[in-house]
Amino acid sequence: MPNYNWPPMDQRQQMGKRQSRLDGIEKATGRARYSSDLNRPGMLFAVMLTSPYAHARVRSIDTSAAQKLAGVTGIRTIVKAGDEVNWVSQEIAIVAATSEQIARDAVRLIQVDYEVLPHVVKEENLAKAGNRARPAGEQVTGDPDKAFKEADVISEGQYGIPVLTHCCLESHGQVIEWRGDTIYFYPSTQNVSGIGPDLAKNLEVPATQVKVHMDHVGGGFGSKFPSDRWGIECARLSKESGGRPLKLFLDRATELSIAGNRPSAFAKIKVAAKRDGTITGWESTSWATGGMSGGGMPPIPYVMTNIPNRRLNHSAVQTNGGPLRAWRAPNHPQASFLTCAAVEDLAAKLGMDPLEVFAKNVQWAPEARRETYLHQFKKAAELSEWSKRWHRRGDSGPGTVKRGMGVGICTWGGAGHLSNCKATIHPDGSVEIELGSQDLGTGTRTVITQVAAETLGLPLDAIKVKIGDNSYPPSNASGGSTTVGGVSSSTRIATSNALEKLFEKVAPAWNTTADKLEAAGGKIQVKGDSSKSLTWAAASKKMGVQSITEMGQNDPKNPRGLNTQGVCGVQIADVSVDVETGVVKMNRLVAVQDCGLVINPKLAEGQVAGACIMSICGALMEERIMDAATGRVLNPEMEFYKLAGIGDIGEILVHMDIRPEMDSRGVIGLGEPPTIGGIAAIANAVANAIGVRVPVVPLTPDRVLAALEEKRSA
Amino acid sequence: MSKHQDELDPKTRKAGFSRRGFIRGVGATGGALGGAIWTEEEAQGAQGAVKTAGPGAVPVTLNINGKEHKLNIEPRMTLLDACRNQLDLTGAKRVCDRATCGACTMIMNGKVVYSCTVLAIDAQGKQIQTIEGISAGRPHAVSVAFVNNDGQQCGYCTPGFVMAAKGFLDRNPNPTYEQVKSGLGGNLCRCGTYVGVRKAVLEAAKAVKGGKNA
Repeated sequence: MPNYNWPPMDQRQQMGKRQSRLDGIEKATGRARYSSDLNRPGMLFAVMLTSPYAHARVRSIDTSAAQKLAGVTGIRTIVKAGDEVNWVSQEIAIVAATSEQIARDAVRLIQVDYEVLPHVVKEENLAKAGNRARPAGEQVTGDPDKAFKEADVISEGQYGIPVLTHCCLESHGQVIEWRGDTIYFYPSTQNVSGIGPDLAKNLEVPATQVKVHMDHVGGGFGSKFPSDRWGIECARLSKESGGRPLKLFLDRATELSIAGNRPSAFAKIKVAAKRDGTITGWESTSWATGGMSGGGMPPIPYVMTNIPNRRLNHSAVQTNGGPLRAWRAPNHPQASFLTCAAVEDLAAKLGMDPLEVFAKNVQWAPEARRETYLHQFKKAAELSEWSKRWHRRGDSGPGTVKRGMGVGICTWGGAGHLSNCKATIHPDGSVEIELGSQDLGTGTRTVITQVAAETLGLPLDAIKVKIGDNSYPPSNASGGSTTVGGVSSSTRIATSNALEKLFEKVAPAWNTTADKLEAAGGKIQVKGDSSKSLTWAAASKKMGVQSITEMGQNDPKNPRGLNTQGVCGVQIADVSVDVETGVVKMNRLVAVQDCGLVINPKLAEGQVAGACIMSICGALMEERIMDAATGRVLNPEMEFYKLAGIGDIGEILVHMDIRPEMDSRGVIGLGEPPTIGGIAAIANAVANAIGVRVPVVPLTPDRVLAALEEKRSA
Repeated sequence: MSKHQDELDPKTRKAGFSRRGFIRGVGATGGALGGAIWTEEEAQGAQGAVKTAGPGAVPVTLNINGKEHKLNIEPRMTLLDACRNQLDLTGAKRVCDRATCGACTMIMNGKVVYSCTVLAIDAQGKQIQTIEGISAGRPHAVSVAFVNNDGQQCGYCTPGFVMAAKGFLDRNPNPTYEQVKSGLGGNLCRCGTYVGVRKAVLEAAKAVKGGKNA
């Protein structure tokens, strides 16, 4: 059996290299075809009618005028008379027509009569949530009452983080054609191998009938797993039109209203501590919403999960808003913000350096991670010039622009998912690697190529990697930072297996056995005997006319040491706040992150930097704003759903923690962890700068000024 | 209730609303409400003199990447949709559809424009450059720099960013780091690739000056 272990760090030829992404030039020249770019012969366009009300009962739907409009090829109603709609922009009907404009005109001709019902769309104030709040039941560990009675110091605070939306630049949607027995499905998805069976189940046809293909996806962030209502109905509309291809991609307002959101999280937190900063007790009342299903419970106290003496209460608040979907590290950024803000407030109350307080309380983190946090605190402090720049809260000197520093932390799993890879070596020496996976822009194609080239001793351009099609061996969806561990391991195993077969073809000529051979530098040779060597092409000819095809699987139950889980990360923000205008300016965000063995440091650093920028958006700009009176989303477009621009981010400094002891753990996913700690770091830096906690993010000028005003009048 | 409000209220929303009608309504009353420029009579007088097109498809000729394209499209179709849906030029993306994000950036008569808010019919007689045009034959130096510096992840904003960067460098061949940060503020990326984009634009400036693939 081949040795699947990763080659030692210092012997790697392709892995560990700062390789540019291999599909980069395709994307940067506009040649890359996303599913939303497909133009198929005879293609129809579909547009969806959605609910203008947050809560209503449909009395009647009349599509007759729309049906009569020239160019309309089909209409499907999604709700019927008597049905309730529970959030604004909920799907009502879909129209297919020969042009998008005609489909839009037809949507306007559909008459829907609604009985408007009462709605709740705001959750900031738990007391006002009434029976929409569903308590999860109190959790008590140890003796919190005693801990608070005996505490040297008690710190209290209230914090909040609102609902965000994914705002994928390529909106949700698909091109789909149902011709005869076959459904050709071109979605924008994170789930190439799983979305076909999902669609088939919804359409009640065998999964074998659905062919899925997608070359590129314009952002997912956790929101693009299912086939969705619009995918299902468009399939039917295509069938009804005699199999014509049909395109529907959500308009921006619908995308931001119903195609996924990250739940909010609010909490009142009380921390008991000793004078030296050791936390001895924790009490929190938290609540959250992500629509009618309520909201996830943020895992607090975050990282310091073993704080003794805890009392936790959480309520899920049902609101009439679009449904939540997974959003990079579900519930973790919220938990990190709530916890790190409470710890920072404790440190300020004690007059201590928060890094010292965090370090002291790492004892409450899982044992395996403690040393890593301590190392990362030190590294992040060094890179951010913490000892030079940190000051006591509010002690930021004269002038109207105040500078401050703050810290946030993260943890995540990131073990490789179930992934199958097929590796084929052809007699002409060409190599094909096939996986039913997808590249979300994380560099999946590139790292698969690097692993295959490493294993086969070939240059990158000798490897043809094929992903994005459900005719390839299935890999799980890309969610939870599971892809890189999964696909790198399955690729390593499949290519090792194929190479072993090639060795078996070549070995007899040298009167030796497969286990004595190695592949390196484009050659197959006998280990330690350079006289017995063949070029890759010459060796491949030995297989005659039959290609070698071998499979490899990453089995999450037995990842063979190729991938593992469990990472830490520390982020430190350096901000300036103008106390006259309330404007927060990023000076620098430092991120120290481990993720085991790093296959491509260039792409890994880009992934972390991107996550930092997403955190800046969440900390300073981004929030879905609901209107209590109408129940509508007030900012379902990109003018007022604010994202950071290129000038808003300050400097981003990324340090990948790739010490040998990290590398030896194997590959670990990176998509989620660096998105977690930034909001906490920035919010804490602002508190440090201006001397008062701004309780709710994003830290917009109005909120900053309100906090300052409260401090003045206190 | 004005016509505009009426149309926004789904309970009373009726057939017949068109973008053209809406623009005409705003044009007439908006000019008058603006006050200083036109009286209502003057506005209506001017309106009468305006050449109208449609409804229904009309012939439109576009000069894109140095080539004439004759189309038969509705006057309400944007330049972006004409390129994407009629000409299969899909490098420019439709993201915000409201001139906020820059994913649809093209260069028209040397000026950077958001093609989602330019009507195709208004783009007639102008020289339009798209990402496909600057990438013909070989990748443009700006595209190469985006790859070298990893100024992209999912890549959906990238063609727009490349066009905006090209337009920026055409006007600012020797930009400072600070100028890059302000000069490319009209494009948004969700994955967060700005660190790479900043480096890419500076590298591209050097490459363009050196005569590489510009």
